[in-house]
Amino acid sequence: MNSDGAVLALEGVSKSFGPVQALEGVDLQVRPGEVVALVGDNGAGKSTLVKVIAGIHAADSGKIFFDGQPVNISSPTDAVELGIATVYQDLALCDNLDVVENLFLGQEEIASGPTGALRSLDEVDMEHRSHELLGNLAVTITDVRAEVGTMSGGQRQQVAIARSLLGDPKVVVLDEPTAALGVRQTAQVLELIKQLREQGHGVLVISHNLVDVFAVADRVFVLRLGKKAGDYAVGETSQEKVVAAITGAEFGRAGGNGGGGEQ
Amino acid sequence: MSTGTAPGSAAAGEAVEVPQPRMDVLRRFLSGDLGELRVLIAIALIWAIFQAQESRFLTAGNLTNLVLQITAVGLISVGVVLVLLLGEIDLSVGAVSGLCAAVMAVLNVKHGWSPYLAIAAAVVVGVGIGFFQGFVFNLFGIPSFVVTLAGLLAWNGFLLRVLGETGTVNITDSKITGLTSTFYSDAVGWLIAIVAIAAYAGVTLLGRQRRLRSDLPAPPLPSLVIRIALVAAAVIATVAVLNSDRGVPLAGLILVGFVLVFQYITTRTRFGRHIYAVGGNTEAARRAGISIARVRVIVFVLCSSMAAIGGIMAASRLLAVNQTSGGSDLLLLAIAGPVIAGTSLFGGRGSVWSALLGAIVIGSISNGMDLLGLESSTKFIVTGGVLLAAVIVDAIARKQRAATGRV
Repeated sequence: MNSDGAVLALEGVSKSFGPVQALEGVDLQVRPGEVVALVGDNGAGKSTLVKVIAGIHAADSGKIFFDGQPVNISSPTDAVELGIATVYQDLALCDNLDVVENLFLGQEEIASGPTGALRSLDEVDMEHRSHELLGNLAVTITDVRAEVGTMSGGQRQQVAIARSLLGDPKVVVLDEPTAALGVRQTAQVLELIKQLREQGHGVLVISHNLVDVFAVADRVFVLRLGKKAGDYAVGETSQEKVVAAITGAEFGRAGGNGGGGEQ
Repeated sequence: MSTGTAPGSAAAGEAVEVPQPRMDVLRRFLSGDLGELRVLIAIALIWAIFQAQESRFLTAGNLTNLVLQITAVGLISVGVVLVLLLGEIDLSVGAVSGLCAAVMAVLNVKHGWSPYLAIAAAVVVGVGIGFFQGFVFNLFGIPSFVVTLAGLLAWNGFLLRVLGETGTVNITDSKITGLTSTFYSDAVGWLIAIVAIAAYAGVTLLGRQRRLRSDLPAPPLPSLVIRIALVAAAVIATVAVLNSDRGVPLAGLILVGFVLVFQYITTRTRFGRHIYAVGGNTEAARRAGISIARVRVIVFVLCSSMAAIGGIMAASRLLAVNQTSGGSDLLLLAIAGPVIAGTSLFGGRGSVWSALLGAIVIGSISNGMDLLGLESSTKFIVTGGVLLAAVIVDAIARKQRAATGRV
């Protein structure tokens, strides 16, 4: 069922850690210009699924398709090279470096011309590109030479997301981007996610916050005990249904073996 | 995009460029951003105190001596700064400097090696030691503190073994002793000053040009001119003072040269950026694709190599290597210097300049107390007090940063 049009498609992906079955036959598609929210209770397998996509864990079985082609993601580098960028919850920014330095960390540009012979960094070009990159996004960062350690949680999240866009990825995976953010900062990050969609990126957002999910996502994918417990178009479902799928409660009819209003 | 409208005309557009109100400078000074300025003030204070007590302190002859006295510890500190930037420590630098100097002396004096080969061999030993320590630190994940503490003991043992039964090797080779006894003529001194000032002015102004051409905000021209003028004044004053005594010493040029090279590496190259990244957030650096192990091993190699070079300079000045070479307080002063001058022990913050500035602070205290005829007991106590004061000031600055939402 390699569904047409999906930039990223998982088919029957399973992963176990010793006796613990973390993922069991999960099918998931992300299309270009679509925001898919991945929800589920603690231990439902969300993080494992993200790590499989990001190449940190290899799946035990199942297939991954990227742009319709079967691919093998066995390391984080594989994922990045395919065009899958992952922003983890802890952001992994260097507080002692400024925005430009963080954006280009690990892929710094070397100057051309005479100073290039001395392996000099091209600070001017990197700063210029940082302005371009941030200028295209709804960010609230004014000084790209300010240390990241001086910034608010929302701004740090913006830097981390902008950083993931540097290689022009087709799929952006965001792990709990609004956790620990205030109301206004959450709104800023949600705005940024909408922009990613408008620019044609496929976005997979992990979130605990159903209000945020319903504010920004096109589809909600529910994991429960490592299995798919539902895949809903946001317009055709309600928070109650999703909660029921997450908890496996019997009062809604969408519990158990999933598959509510798909498409 | 807030900066899209850079001024078209560089000469006319100063007003719209980055504003730097005076209050801002004061606030940054208090919160530790201008740490280097703080150290310069401390040096001025120390010099003023000693000059008030002893009029010989600020004479050309004594200041030239000061340069020669701080060369060895300053060079070792350059390597220490790199390790501190990683958030690690190297306790073996003193012992390594002694061992490498002994290798040089023994090869040159007892085995008749040419001075150049003997010096090269000493540096190679430093490289090897750094590689070994960095490798062990990485492979087993043992704290660098312990690895280099073991190194301190072991390399000291090797020093005694290399020196053999005599215990002291006197150095007579003029190439080696010349490292710290060569002084350049007035003309050469002024030539160096002109080249240095021209290079600084050129780099500063060209950098501003490039930023303006790319529509990026640039510091206003007057403030750059003032900066260049201050640097020029400092260089001219230094050369004038040195020239009025024996001339610009080769040792001082070697020290400043290494500081400049490593300042360039740490602030202008990919590798330097990665040092700060690993020291700031190792996990972030790892995820950015930086090879943590590679950065660490290279830094430990550089640190031990600089210790070797410092040891060579110390031996050249002492005209001998003996069983106490690289011992006593050398290690502690080499680490205390950069910390006094603002390099953090926790990694990610500091600069190579702090090696030079710290060495000047410590060297001035030691030199001044010697002039006053004070005992070494007083010297140690005062130096300890200055170190404590410096870290307290740093801790207050860090709190200030935290209070304004910075880490």
